[in-house]
Amino acid sequence: MLCQACKERTATIHLTEISGGQRSEMHICEQCAQEQGIVVKNQIPLNELLSSLLSVQAEGQTSGAGPTGMESADDLVCPTCGMSLKKFSKTRLLGCPHDYEVFDEPLRSLIERSQSGHSRHCGKTPSRAPKAMKNHMEVMNLRRQLEEAVKAEDYETAAKIRDQIQQKQ
Amino acid sequence: MKPSDLSNHISQWFDGSGPGADIVISSRVRLARNLGGYEFCPCLNASRKREVLNKLKEIILSLDLGQDMFFIDVDNSSTLEQDLLVERHLISRQHAQAKGPRGAIIAQNESFTAMINEEDHLRIQVFKTGLQLKECWERINQVDNLIEKQVEYAFDPEYGYLTACPTNVGTGIRVSVMLHLPALKMTGQIEKFYNAAKDTNLAVRGLFGEGTDAVGDFFQLSNQVTLGYSEQQIVDEFSGFIVPKIVEYEILAREKLLKAKPDMLDDKIQRALGVLRSARLISSQEALFLLSHVRMGVNLKRLEGISIATINELFMLTQPAHLQMRQGHELDPDRRDAMRAQIIRSRLCQN
Ligand SMILES: [Zn+2]
Ligand SMILES: [Zn+2]
Repeated sequence: MLCQACKERTATIHLTEISGGQRSEMHICEQCAQEQGIVVKNQIPLNELLSSLLSVQAEGQTSGAGPTGMESADDLVCPTCGMSLKKFSKTRLLGCPHDYEVFDEPLRSLIERSQSGHSRHCGKTPSRAPKAMKNHMEVMNLRRQLEEAVKAEDYETAAKIRDQIQQKQ
Repeated sequence: MKPSDLSNHISQWFDGSGPGADIVISSRVRLARNLGGYEFCPCLNASRKREVLNKLKEIILSLDLGQDMFFIDVDNSSTLEQDLLVERHLISRQHAQAKGPRGAIIAQNESFTAMINEEDHLRIQVFKTGLQLKECWERINQVDNLIEKQVEYAFDPEYGYLTACPTNVGTGIRVSVMLHLPALKMTGQIEKFYNAAKDTNLAVRGLFGEGTDAVGDFFQLSNQVTLGYSEQQIVDEFSGFIVPKIVEYEILAREKLLKAKPDMLDDKIQRALGVLRSARLISSQEALFLLSHVRMGVNLKRLEGISIATINELFMLTQPAHLQMRQGHELDPDRRDAMRAQIIRSRLCQN
């Protein structure tokens, strides 16, 4: 179906409007919708959830003694992978399993809202008992340190870290 | 197997032979998994990505799944090869366009595929023709168990399988069906379908083409909630309740059209066939639109001598990357339109 406005591009937005008992339909493309100021909501308004989440975080912070809210929100950074809450809110993707702990509270509310209120897994579980998450995290941290040591050409430290990693695996 | 080997035939799960395949073309179940001890893909550097890729590749290729399995190095594939895999739904567009070490493992009959280093380290999927979600789930569960014997997945007792995007956490399951809903579209009820899906936390998108555009009356419907229910519950509700409801609405709409406006219906179907049999240039959008009408005509027994398998084949093989792969090189849109028209003409005029 062609866009009713420009009659060039394909209509990807289909609106039904009811006003004064009259029902009218509109089929337009994304560009024309933008030009006409029509906002189309995503199926899961993840962006909205995320920005509201960040602002809640910010409000919480400003009531305390900290600096401005947004900057404090930035301060939540995962030590394992370097992901920050702010970066997450842009990319919508987490950096490592540990982030589920680091961003515990804001994530919990996001997950509950996107999972129609649920927050607990009740599906299958791996038959092999997973090693403690903590161990995974330590190995990831050590690996990061190893990369830094190699970069700094500190091979003595690097060798020590490598041995530590091997012990843990 | 090379991607180009695929360009001349349809995937088995797309052949229209499965239960209820006149409306539910195919079923798919996907699981998202990540390896413990590795950053998720967005924070994984190239050498660690390579590690994940090699590890998962070796494990999956060693499984006995009763099918020959092929590895495709997506990072080093041409754009045309990548597009072909996307058109066949074997990999996602996101996977095609990503960067860094990544790959796909595909079973000979295309009923199973694994994407490595897409958004998650591993996304495995099983396809079947018609409405066979339970069978898809049983199969993929087996494969998941086999893989899990050899790796440690990132798993948390409370949140379940941990995924890069928190909206997939828990089961990591995505259950979906491809639907052909021409009568709902024709009778202006597709909006209702969209709204009902939204209200029940399901995602709808067009099947062919990009974005939300549903050219040719084909839709993909999938679950959004992955946490708080077991995989079996999610599959059962979807295949036992939601999909049958939609099928019922489509059937009702078809019956109503047949009763109230049989001439209009026949006119649309015959015109579509007429254009497809005589056009010399046809865009992929126009082809999808017209083939959809012909498909409905065959399903409603208003047309004879044309098989659903033939129509499904034309849907798949006349997509841009398929045409170009068949020709062996890139073609500009005009050449593609001519080639598409020629293939359709020759297939539909035989009958
Ligand atoms: Zn437009
Ligand atoms: Zn992290």
